[in-house]
Amino acid sequence: MAALLTGIGYERWVLDALLVLPLVGAVIVMLRPAAEAKRLALWVAVVEFVVSAGLWWTFEATAAMQFTVARPWIPAWGITYRLGVDGISLFLVLLTTLTMPLAVLGSWTYITERERPYYALMLVLTTGMLGVFVALDLFVFYVFWEIMLVPMYFIIGVWGGARRLYAAIKFFLYTFLGSLLMFVAILIIYVLVGRATGQYSFAYEHLLGNIAVAQPWAFWLFGAFALAFAIKVPMFPFHTWLPDAHVEAPTAGSVILAGILLKMGTYGFLRFAVPFFPDVALHPGVQATVVTLAVVGIVYGALVAMVQPDFKKLIAYSSVSHLGFVMLGIWALTLQSVQGAIVIMLNHGISTGALFFLAGMLYERRHSRDIAAFGGLAKVTPAFAAVLTIVSLSSIGLPGTNGFVGEFLVLVGSFGTYPWATVIATTGVIFAAAYLLWAIQRILFQKLDKKENEGLPDLSARELLVLGPMLACIVWVGVYPAPILRRIEPAAQALIMQVERSADPATTVARGTPDVD
Amino acid sequence: MLLGPALAVSAILFSIGVGGVLLRRNAIVIFMSVELMLNAVNLTFVALSQQLGPQGQVIVFFVMAVAAAEAAVGLAIMLAIFRHRETVDIEAFSVLRG
Amino acid sequence: MMPEVPASVSLVWLVVLLPLLGFLANGTLSFARPTATRAVSAVGAGVLVAAFVVAVAVAVGVARGAPEEPYVVTYWSWMPAGELSVDLAFQVDQLSTVMLLVVTGVGALIHLFSIGYMGADPGYARYFSYLNLFVFFMLLLVLGASFPVMFVGWEGVGLCSYLLIGFWFEDKVNADAGKKAFIMNRIGDAGFLVAMFLIFQATGSLSFQEVFRQAPATFEVGGTTITLITLALFLGCTGKSAQIPLYTWLPDAMAGPTPVSALIHAATMVTAGVYLVARTNVLFALAPVSSLVVAAVGAVTALFAATIALKQWDIKRILAYSTVSQLGYMFLGVGVGAWTSGIFHLATHAFFKALLFLGSGSVIHALHHAYHATHRHEDAQDVRNMGGLQRHMPWTAALMWVATLAIAGVPPFSGFFSKDEILSRAFTRGHEAPVFYVLWAIGVAAAVLTAFYMTRMMLYTFHGPNRTGDKEREHLHEAPWIMTGPLVVLGVGAVAGGVLNLPHILPAAGWLDMWLEPVTETGALFLPELHLEAGTEWRLLLGATVVAALGIGTAWRLLDPAALRPAAEAPAELGFARVLARKYYVDEIYDALIVRPFVWLSDRVLWKAADAFVIDGVGVNGAAQVARFAGWVGTRLQTGHVGTYVGLFVLGTLALLRVLTR
Repeated sequence: MAALLTGIGYERWVLDALLVLPLVGAVIVMLRPAAEAKRLALWVAVVEFVVSAGLWWTFEATAAMQFTVARPWIPAWGITYRLGVDGISLFLVLLTTLTMPLAVLGSWTYITERERPYYALMLVLTTGMLGVFVALDLFVFYVFWEIMLVPMYFIIGVWGGARRLYAAIKFFLYTFLGSLLMFVAILIIYVLVGRATGQYSFAYEHLLGNIAVAQPWAFWLFGAFALAFAIKVPMFPFHTWLPDAHVEAPTAGSVILAGILLKMGTYGFLRFAVPFFPDVALHPGVQATVVTLAVVGIVYGALVAMVQPDFKKLIAYSSVSHLGFVMLGIWALTLQSVQGAIVIMLNHGISTGALFFLAGMLYERRHSRDIAAFGGLAKVTPAFAAVLTIVSLSSIGLPGTNGFVGEFLVLVGSFGTYPWATVIATTGVIFAAAYLLWAIQRILFQKLDKKENEGLPDLSARELLVLGPMLACIVWVGVYPAPILRRIEPAAQALIMQVERSADPATTVARGTPDVD
Repeated sequence: MLLGPALAVSAILFSIGVGGVLLRRNAIVIFMSVELMLNAVNLTFVALSQQLGPQGQVIVFFVMAVAAAEAAVGLAIMLAIFRHRETVDIEAFSVLRG
Repeated sequence: MMPEVPASVSLVWLVVLLPLLGFLANGTLSFARPTATRAVSAVGAGVLVAAFVVAVAVAVGVARGAPEEPYVVTYWSWMPAGELSVDLAFQVDQLSTVMLLVVTGVGALIHLFSIGYMGADPGYARYFSYLNLFVFFMLLLVLGASFPVMFVGWEGVGLCSYLLIGFWFEDKVNADAGKKAFIMNRIGDAGFLVAMFLIFQATGSLSFQEVFRQAPATFEVGGTTITLITLALFLGCTGKSAQIPLYTWLPDAMAGPTPVSALIHAATMVTAGVYLVARTNVLFALAPVSSLVVAAVGAVTALFAATIALKQWDIKRILAYSTVSQLGYMFLGVGVGAWTSGIFHLATHAFFKALLFLGSGSVIHALHHAYHATHRHEDAQDVRNMGGLQRHMPWTAALMWVATLAIAGVPPFSGFFSKDEILSRAFTRGHEAPVFYVLWAIGVAAAVLTAFYMTRMMLYTFHGPNRTGDKEREHLHEAPWIMTGPLVVLGVGAVAGGVLNLPHILPAAGWLDMWLEPVTETGALFLPELHLEAGTEWRLLLGATVVAALGIGTAWRLLDPAALRPAAEAPAELGFARVLARKYYVDEIYDALIVRPFVWLSDRVLWKAADAFVIDGVGVNGAAQVARFAGWVGTRLQTGHVGTYVGLFVLGTLALLRVLTR
């Protein structure tokens, strides 16, 4: 497979193709009749996935950036269209391309008006998200970061629920606030590095290699990056846009929001904030703050999720909890915890994405997201019940499903660095069981006591087609994650080495040396 | 030569203009006060051009042209408002209030 | 040095795979053809019988090879991450072989029984798919060669328990019971996880062989780390094996179908904690404090649960508390370092308790049919509605008496030997520290109560006049052979299971001791040499017999089944009897102290006060309000009056002039 792909020059054109294809698709969707919009969008998304699938075989398990592209864009300011993929971004790219066809298919009957702009925006969103994950030039990264905000704003604001405008504006302003600060930080780094080296360039490697000159400003620069990413993650207490946006967004919007957009925050920490400013990241005060917020997020998100009457809101708060594990894993900076964090990012996309699809399917049938509106559905919709149970178990982190692998690696890796935080985080697995089992009990089990629920149709073939790939991933990642972990390991290793090397030795010793061989 | 008295007259005229704009409520009178201010400035230009060269006089023509255009547009607006509201009392107009 | 794996042992994957295939097949059938009961029965029970046959082959392989080190069969690398390397590997040794045989053997019998018991249920295919899945996870649990693989089975059986307790999910009580079981198990599982983190931190490995090899050198005896590890592991055990303080889910778990109670909540899953302690005996041997905690919790649980069982009326609840109590014995055993005795009691208990549960299932089945035939809605599980059933169900009555004598500890039934062995080992440790005498005494007291409440249950169920109802009585009849057949097989086990490990003063003694020696010998190095004189041992055996006779005799004399009223007419309990009948109000206390405060905290404080009001209201929307207020202040300047603008303009100009001409 790899040889075949190399034969057609796959490495050279794949990233360009992945970014351009959805844009071309969006134009075609806008030009063709509305009736064809979803079919066209689905085809484009499927082709996009097929193209990206080759990355799996051609990716080599090394720390190096692969499939790199570099073309001058605005040479006068040192801006280069520079792309590449490593073990950290590989699976986020694949997750994105896998989620998008499912999101289009999941919108099939949900979106009934203004189909053309909807599907076109979905495709533009694809480019934006992929761009964020593959950009290796900070200016290009920022451009993609903002590009992706716009379609999401419209998807929530136009096709959303009753309070869609409030949610959309809150989402936009909140994220925008952070990203502007980040942009300022990027410009400051650019100027400082340019002044010191004489070469003004936004290239990731260039800035990373000479970041030492920004040392006096490091705390504030890190703060700007961290705030932008923390809002996106979202970390407690910057999370309140999330429940609103999730609840009001159309199904596919929630899926993409939870599945992919949130990962940009944690990706940002892994790619920029931590490797750029290891001294600040490992400063005891910053460590204490981040780890505390992560652990608070885990427990708090789970407890608040437990008492939500609205199913989508419950899932939204569960995301706060899950992403807390990722932050803990990133900050623990051991090989296991960082690999685990990346695996959780992947898992959360699959499991929570599937949960949002299921919530959307309920909504399409009953026009309610209220848990209390259901009960006893296992009787009328057994297939739905089976899938919801399996997906919930994956979200709970039952061993044998994907959820366990990520959580276990994060916790086992973090224990050496932050034993107490890890022990508290471990209680999160108890609360996770509590909120999800309680919810599915009230939805699926007990008496079928509402007349409206009696004639509900079970999952259709299209819906099974949406959920099937996610179920397959749940089992696959749970049972045989080794190929994934092997592809992540070199990049995670390199990240840790980078941080350890450049961090001030004094703080590193104070923090205890993590287990890295 | 007569620079001092000329500037003094100009200053008095300008102040009268400012006072008129600030204190009067009739829009037409305000316009006239504005004209007064413009012409006070013109007088200053002319007086100073004696010492500084002819550029000042060129500006005076420019100001006169602008004043004429302003008066035309302004009076047209006043006329339109008067037709609408039957008054030219500026206290009555506050549609731009935030 | 890993020994070469013999061919028959390498078949072990088949034992695990068969139930999984059964699950997949029955799962598919439950959607595609839910009415295909014959196919479901054939697959569901068939895979278990086949798995048992293969398990026997594996056991023969182990017996022939008699390996000093376990056979480890590795399939694939599961979670490689840096120095952490977890393989999907099975460990086949003497201990896992015993468990393998118990799980597949008792499991196969219970599957067969289920064919009769569940035959009329509309969820038949779903039931068998869950049951097969349970066996799959249970086998992973006992075969896993590392803590994480064991943990897969550990949580997997919890899942199946959840699904099967809530099998009749339309009833809220059942769904609640399932959820309660899962969450309480999860609390224990969090302890298991923390133990794994500590172990990995200390040894850099999670595979049993590697950890046990390093343990004696890595941990000092009684050190903090090893004590924490073992206590955390034991927290896992208290959840899974229903010990104080996490036992309350097990009695509620009786909401599930009765064969499930027999398989999961008596014979196999709940004994996983005992297996875990026996498996990690090296670690527990290095942590005497933890071992003492295990023994003490076990002994106290044994007595505590036995007292509750005295006043229960629901036949399954009596058996459930009896299970909690017997599990307490097993922990007492493994806690005093008598790992073999714990496993021995586990095996004999699997026979007689499965027999009791299945027998009670037969009884419930009969009563249920009787009430169904006359359309009366009475409790088919309440012993007050039974009585005199031996006349209608002689086989069930006789077999359940066998099991009762076994659990009460009457010689020569199996339970006599296994329970006596635990108690005598606890007694022996008394030389070393008097606290073990206390534990021994608690165990003896619990033994008296056990004999008492079991006799009570049997008297009320099978003897005296019948209280089911006059019309219903005609419908009472013995269960079909597919249900009584497995009972007979279990009965043989309940009678003769004691020969597995006879006391040392008898001929052919200590077979299980020898069999398990390769597993327990490293742990035994850290224990004092236990020696019991033949005279003392005889006296203990005699004492145990007296204890059993005392319990049975007292019950027989004190209780009069003829005086009992049917449940609907029964008077309320008074005084301490009421406290016992209400299970010491532990559920209510947990609800008031833990559940409700948490829900209140989450709902009122965290969500409505902290999240919605402070963070989102004051913080986020507050910031938005500040921006809006600043805008509002700005708009105040826009009066719309030209005069104001001009005035400000003039003032501004003057101010500017002043600044510029300074």
